[in-house]
Amino acid sequence: MMTPVPGVEGFMYPNEVELQWSLLIVLYPYITGLVAGAFILASLERVFRVKAVKPTYRLALLTALAFLLVAPLPLQLHLGHPERSFEMYLTPHRSSAMAMFGFVYLWYLLVVLLAEIWLDYRADIVRMAAVETGWRRWLYRALTLGSMNISEEARAVDDRVGYWITIIGIPSAFLLHGYVGFIFGSVKANAWWSTPLMPIVFLFSAMVSGIAAVMLLYMAAMYMQGKKVDMLCLDTIAKYLFFVFLIDFSLEMLDLVHRIYEADESFRSLDFMVHSRLWTSQVVIQIVLGTCVPLALLAAVLVWRFSETARKRMYVAAGLLTLVGIFAMRWNVVIGGQLFSKSYLGYTSYKLDFATREGLLPAIVLMLLPFAILWALVKLLPPWKPEEGDRDGVCPAAP
Amino acid sequence: MDATRRQILKGAGLLLILGARANPDAAPEAAGAAAEGAYNPHEHLWGMTIDIEKCIGCGNCVRACAQENDVPEEYFRTWIERYEIEGGDLEHPKVSSPDGGKHGFPPSSETTTKQFFVPKLCNHCQESPCVQVCPVGATFDSPDGVVLVDESYCLGCRYCVQACPYGCRYIHPKKMTVDKCTLCYHRITKGLTTACCEACPTQARVLADLKNPADPVHVFLRENKVQVLKPHMATRSKVYYRALDGAVR
Repeated sequence: MMTPVPGVEGFMYPNEVELQWSLLIVLYPYITGLVAGAFILASLERVFRVKAVKPTYRLALLTALAFLLVAPLPLQLHLGHPERSFEMYLTPHRSSAMAMFGFVYLWYLLVVLLAEIWLDYRADIVRMAAVETGWRRWLYRALTLGSMNISEEARAVDDRVGYWITIIGIPSAFLLHGYVGFIFGSVKANAWWSTPLMPIVFLFSAMVSGIAAVMLLYMAAMYMQGKKVDMLCLDTIAKYLFFVFLIDFSLEMLDLVHRIYEADESFRSLDFMVHSRLWTSQVVIQIVLGTCVPLALLAAVLVWRFSETARKRMYVAAGLLTLVGIFAMRWNVVIGGQLFSKSYLGYTSYKLDFATREGLLPAIVLMLLPFAILWALVKLLPPWKPEEGDRDGVCPAAP
Repeated sequence: MDATRRQILKGAGLLLILGARANPDAAPEAAGAAAEGAYNPHEHLWGMTIDIEKCIGCGNCVRACAQENDVPEEYFRTWIERYEIEGGDLEHPKVSSPDGGKHGFPPSSETTTKQFFVPKLCNHCQESPCVQVCPVGATFDSPDGVVLVDESYCLGCRYCVQACPYGCRYIHPKKMTVDKCTLCYHRITKGLTTACCEACPTQARVLADLKNPADPVHVFLRENKVQVLKPHMATRSKVYYRALDGAVR
């Protein structure tokens, strides 16, 4: 009867061998992080008047919306009884961190994001309703919600209301992702998750991933349209990315140093895990490739002079590595937190299936879906004038 | 265990209504007599005592639990761990639980170690992390102190499984809802003991009613040095261990 359980080393409580949260739950904080980060980048221009990033303002909002629409799907797919998920709205358990997800999500989607996008695009929508034909005309007419007044005064009201919504939106974005961090950070049974730094680490890593994603999407959009990238915009975004990333990395290192120095009962177990099962995903991919290299690239641009082409290449490399690194961070939190026994005496392993409900295939589809939605949104609500892509080419309705 | 939260609350409510209808002006004894024989969850607070020195690791309890509660293969509402400790090395005990100890344990090859068995089950905590995190309240505390799951309500989100410090929960592979020890609620509310306690040949595990002054648990707690698992988790566990070694986690 002493046959070893496959993939298990040492002692696990018998019910612990199977991992509870899969790749789909890795996607959940990754996607919500991209939403929060993209929105905060948009708010830089709107609230903090960082005019240099204006060409990405609308793209950032649409990116946030595209990813936000997909955010609940991995959770739905993961539930044992997805048909009961509406119970979280009807009878939420107030002491549960998870119960608030639906409300935070709806608040962010309906009150913040959709309202801000609609107000910003309203004048464009009214104009397009007038010039388009066929089904597009009817679609734009519907999107006006009957508000056809695009006088200077009316647009000034849009702008003012939009400004206040963005102001509400910033803490809301913080809430959305800080809250996701709290879902993990408040599990006292799990030493890998249980830290008050978790919400703030999640928040800054969200900003890092969202800024990197919008930076890459902006470059890709300009490339695909054959337009010139606004280098001032790109350099400014890269600068913000560097500083936010630096804070994020410092927080993560603070957590690490604290754990090493305190070395509580869980430390030996977690240390072993980092040096074995999580070595590649945590040390190699997350810390070295996904953090140190992009930070070095972004710092180099700030310190030395590079040509425009070289900077663009460096930004692409830094952006891609950042997105991989933040994904690895989510992986290491979600999967890593389940690889060790709560007895601290053993380790299990995660076997990723391919074409199962929580396998790699649905995860890939879920990661591609926001890009398809974004493509449709950009077609429907162009962030830039058709003929231009730089700051001067921003649609007139943009503030 | 088919009792749902609604059924339990309905039962408690029914008792109150029956009590009120019996005769609102009658003396308390009369009302008590009317409800005599009916189970009143408010009169009980269930827990368990486990005497490590009495456990022989036979696995009777695990088998009885599996049979009584139709526990799926490879999952456990209760299980037994064998600890083998070399010298004073509390940090590195050798722990095993082959098939949850369902079929007992093979003889140990170690001859110089301290050895003992630790039966485990849901601790029916009074400050349950699992109850706290359930997003819809499908996991709940019954009025008599048993942590139960309303499987008709559970989303299968697994947050409670993550939150339990003791590894007592699992997702039922067929129902896709969370499953765990109910302290044989269907039995104890009829005046029986749990299947595991009934099957234990040495009375290492004994059901305890902490609200019943005549229950032997009070003598047990008074006369022995007892401990709960992972006291630093502050869950107010109601499974009390006698002779629990510091190496146990």
